[in-house]
Amino acid sequence: MNKHDVKYLSSHEWLYVEGNKAKVGISSYAAMHLGDIVFFDLPKVGQTFKKEAVFGAVESVKSASDLYLPASGTVVAVNEALVTKPELVNEDPFNNWIVEIELSDLSELNSLLDVTQYEATL
Amino acid sequence: MSELKKTILYEKHQSVGATIVEFGGFLMPLYYTTIPIEHHTIRNEVGMFDVSHMGEILIKGKDALKFANYILSSNIVVSNKMQYGFLLYENGTIVDDLMVYPFSEDKILLVVNASNTDKDFEHILKYTNGFDITVENRSNDFGEIAVQGPKSFDTLSKLFKSLPEHSGDFGSFPYEDGYLLISRSGYTGEDGFEIYGSNEEILNLWDKFYNLGITPCGLGCRDTLRFEAAMPLYGHEIDNTINPFEAGLTFAVDLTKEDFVGKAALTVLKDNIKRKVVGLELLERNVPRQGYPVFAGETEIGRITTGYLSPSTNLPIAMALIDSNYAKIGTNIYVSIRNKMIPAVVRNKKFIEKKNKV
Repeated sequence: MNKHDVKYLSSHEWLYVEGNKAKVGISSYAAMHLGDIVFFDLPKVGQTFKKEAVFGAVESVKSASDLYLPASGTVVAVNEALVTKPELVNEDPFNNWIVEIELSDLSELNSLLDVTQYEATL
Repeated sequence: MSELKKTILYEKHQSVGATIVEFGGFLMPLYYTTIPIEHHTIRNEVGMFDVSHMGEILIKGKDALKFANYILSSNIVVSNKMQYGFLLYENGTIVDDLMVYPFSEDKILLVVNASNTDKDFEHILKYTNGFDITVENRSNDFGEIAVQGPKSFDTLSKLFKSLPEHSGDFGSFPYEDGYLLISRSGYTGEDGFEIYGSNEEILNLWDKFYNLGITPCGLGCRDTLRFEAAMPLYGHEIDNTINPFEAGLTFAVDLTKEDFVGKAALTVLKDNIKRKVVGLELLERNVPRQGYPVFAGETEIGRITTGYLSPSTNLPIAMALIDSNYAKIGTNIYVSIRNKMIPAVVRNKKFIEKKNKV
């Protein structure tokens, strides 16, 4: 997976759609600017969030940043690898997703940014 | 807003790609590589900090020692040992914490926090009446480099014929055609040295240290290091609303001294300590940050003053200013993080073993 395969929120989260499910992560720009990621505060499987709601947080040594969900849905999986190795997201932010959700409103995907639109916001 | 100041080493920091931030009115390096890399460099090897932003206030004259003892909380004696103390308001809260170099009865140097230098200088000037002294703010004349880490002595010995022998020792040490003020001290919990010189000398020394393999380190790891060593930082564990007893820094207050600014208030306060800075450790993995509220049951009892996932121990630990009824080690409390109550326990502040040269 790379930056062209995903859709974005301007708050630096990406979404990769597979049918009615989607994986969610953060962009390489976000990973680089956070610096060394030391912790992810992750939601529980089964929790439901609206589009752009805070679903967790990413912590670098110096600061905490909220994570916003790019589309409404229910968490069906969290990436347990990040519990012990949060730095994986620094190493490869597109192949280390954070949560997987079941999408509740596919029409919301139309409002997300493609890579060109996202990079224009940086 | 006044223009941000730069130290003599600013262009050196830029030339090696430092990430620069505003700190205490100065543009200073936050890190050159990453905070964890620089943190471990100081714990395991040797690194250096530009601390030229620190303020230097010089008290000179016949009554210099007497005056220092009037404006400072600790008992200052002329010796080759640096001393730690507070400038206090008359109500006993803290103007600043500082290091004192008591050269002689008529010459005392105070090294103060960059952001407080002007405030401290004005505070000190308010009390000069009746003392035969002059007080000079010499902050722009001096630069300072802190070399820290277990290899600091061996590395600096390649450049200096002699260095201070024990932790806290200071003096004038020969270097090239003159002398430099060097103390065996620092703000990391490791063995190390603080070296003062003219701006030109410091510029020259930075290059020499760099060529000896001493790694430049930024303010980011300076904070994680001092925190692990349970050293306070103004604006966190201490400020103008906190007194030294609450901060747990009673060792720097001598109530047996004849008189000093704040003594009357502290004499009353010492038996009535309602809050205390404690160490705490989260019992679930998360990151405690400054400002997060601390709870006992549903009662808010205080706030985190500094917290990290400690780079040395990998533990989620913090210092917090809390109601002293809950300050006993082992007390179960909670830290509110993003509206979740994370269980925590009050623990001692010995987060790491300090390795100062005794």
